[in-house]
Amino acid sequence: MAPESQTSTKTMNMIEAINSAMDVMLGRDDKMVVMGEDVGFFGGVFRATAGLQKKHGKTRVFDTPINECGIIGVAVGMGAYGLRPVPEIQFADYIYPGLDQLVSEAARLRYRSAADFICPMTVRTPFGGGIFGGQTHSQSPESIMTHICGVKTVIPSNPYDAKGLLIAAIEDNDPVVFLEPKRIYNGPFSGYYDRPVEPWSKHAASAVPEGHYRIELGKAATVREGEALTILAYGTMVHVTKTIVEEMGIDAEIIDLRTLLPLDIDAIETSVKKTGRCLIIHEATRTSGFGAELAALVQERCFYHLEAPVERVTGFDTPYPHSLEWAYFPGPVRIATALTKILKD
Amino acid sequence: MTETPPKANLGRPASNLPPLSLHIPEPRYRPGDTPDFGDIAIPAVDATPRPGEATKPDAMRELSYGLVRVLDFDGEAKGQWDPKLSPERLRTMLRYMMLVRAFDDRMFRAQRQGKTSFYMKCTGEEATSVASTMALDRGDMCFPSYRQQGILIARDYPLIQMMNQIYSNRGDHLLGRQLPIMYSAPEHGFFSVSGNLATQYPQAVGWAMASASKGDSRIATVWCGEGSSAEGDFHSALTFATVYNAPVIFNIVNNQWAISSFSGFAGGERTTFAARAVGYGIAGLRIDGNDPLAVYAATQWAADRARTNNGPTLIEHFTYRSEGHSTSDDPSAYRPAEEPTIWPFGDPIDRLRQHLETLGEWDGERHEAQARELDDLVKTTQKQSEKLGILGHGMHQPFETMFQDVFEDMPWHLKEQSEQLLAEQEAKFGPNWKPE
Repeated sequence: MAPESQTSTKTMNMIEAINSAMDVMLGRDDKMVVMGEDVGFFGGVFRATAGLQKKHGKTRVFDTPINECGIIGVAVGMGAYGLRPVPEIQFADYIYPGLDQLVSEAARLRYRSAADFICPMTVRTPFGGGIFGGQTHSQSPESIMTHICGVKTVIPSNPYDAKGLLIAAIEDNDPVVFLEPKRIYNGPFSGYYDRPVEPWSKHAASAVPEGHYRIELGKAATVREGEALTILAYGTMVHVTKTIVEEMGIDAEIIDLRTLLPLDIDAIETSVKKTGRCLIIHEATRTSGFGAELAALVQERCFYHLEAPVERVTGFDTPYPHSLEWAYFPGPVRIATALTKILKD
Repeated sequence: MTETPPKANLGRPASNLPPLSLHIPEPRYRPGDTPDFGDIAIPAVDATPRPGEATKPDAMRELSYGLVRVLDFDGEAKGQWDPKLSPERLRTMLRYMMLVRAFDDRMFRAQRQGKTSFYMKCTGEEATSVASTMALDRGDMCFPSYRQQGILIARDYPLIQMMNQIYSNRGDHLLGRQLPIMYSAPEHGFFSVSGNLATQYPQAVGWAMASASKGDSRIATVWCGEGSSAEGDFHSALTFATVYNAPVIFNIVNNQWAISSFSGFAGGERTTFAARAVGYGIAGLRIDGNDPLAVYAATQWAADRARTNNGPTLIEHFTYRSEGHSTSDDPSAYRPAEEPTIWPFGDPIDRLRQHLETLGEWDGERHEAQARELDDLVKTTQKQSEKLGILGHGMHQPFETMFQDVFEDMPWHLKEQSEQLLAEQEAKFGPNWKPE
């Protein structure tokens, strides 16, 4: 589908692109509302909603009590009325008090009422580590979301995708959890925490159309084509992976999943059948992580094409430690070790 | 090596103060005891002033601790809260409440006959939904708990649709996906019933906030039991409602029992449930929930208040759950059998009947005739519904409906699972199977 108003593009970081998506949608759809802790006058602790209240008014963009159960529950009721709520949960780590409203209510409303009522809600929330957030500001709960029937889970990895995916999520008539990798809000992360941060402006994906465009949910992107192996990643890990692969001179095919549910199984299957090897990389804890689902799908569909066991590179099964953050993070050493192993097998 | 920390001094007094003791609430009467409700404070029927609908919550706190009444025990309507309804309207109210009871009795029996898995009666609590709904505008949105079948009846929802849902049969527009009584009726302003408790509370506030933000005139109203007022969702809802001055009516149906737990396990030993409103700066009304006119008057007051941007109201309906929690419950195991019969506020249907008879607008003959007529109506409708199937006797929905409505558009993984199930269906029933 051709973008509707791509007359001009602007260099945006991920925060600006997310802000632009909400700005465009607030302008197009008077049923959309933005709500969350500190999102109004102040514009959000990560500035994702900066300027939106001033431009669109207090009844469209407003602060809420510190009460995630209330934020999501109220959004469900607003959706039942006919609004299109876009609540922000300040950190993904804070979503748990609202989980019952998400799992038992938002996700099941269409099903249990046979579409009498729907929940066209997009919950935006920053996730992942790498900012010294400690165990309560660093978690990656995506596999909790993908385990819920009736919720879509989206994770962008760059400004262009973030805006197009967020617009598609807001326009979707089902609940979407939109997880924003906060480590790459301001620039793609190489995985080397001791090197200077590269800003988004040096990256092609920072050229973002100012108007409305969509990136269809459920479609992965091939970030790098290659023959040696397939790497499945999303969010921050896309950039870390790309850095290591290029440093090692490996001809890897890197697939950025972008949407975890619904998953682009065709892109995965085609690539793994071509390369015969599959490495899965995520920052979240290992056991029952989304990598387990991916590994199962790959062996179910590509077993006779595999030349080596499917490998996973993940965070460890511990809470995210504060001072040992970079020891926890699945960085260059862990990825390089896995790459060497899977290519040797 | 790290040192082993000293063990906690469990069970030994750390000072010469008397030892602490933990309070575990216990209802006053258990099976075998002789219950006595003589100490329940019953203020005179005309003792409670009716404040203006715009009164500040702080100026009407005593209404959260008192008891709004309209009908005295001789059947006369008295005091400032009397809504002064026409005899015609009173007869309509009586008819709806009697229909709820007839429906409940018939569906309870249907469950006992093995025609469905589950049922929940609202016996003794009919006023809390029927009279409440009648005081609302037709466009106002109701967020029910599981015991508000009276809303649907009072909005003339087709009985057969309720029964089809209870039987999960071919006519069930929810496609057999929900437990019996978890209705959904958007055209009748009735939100889809959840099985999780009090989740509807913040949702009602969200609906009310949306209505206010759009300059609408419709308000939201929501019900829960006193037991589920302990849920976090209840408190989330009251916080949001007071913050945004949402046009919403909160009903707590205090029927004294949450399955086998008495109201003490929700804090009822310490204060009233209406008093929850005080801390939030919300108007609170504690009313006789077995008095249909008090329920009507309180709801009308709260609806007027909400509709004029004067904010939310919390109404505690003080009532009694005369039957078990559900068909899966046996109240004789945890409370004296005679409690329902000695409840000092009587039965809501008897009381409205007595009032109409006192007015000379009703008599025993008409009452009996109406009871028979409603029973016949329910029976006839039941026969029609059962022609569309009953639960557990054949499968009534096409198998692929299991996968529909998880999302608006079915993603590949559900299509694959649907194909798998259809293959299982063919393996088990052959290629020509159709829903029964």
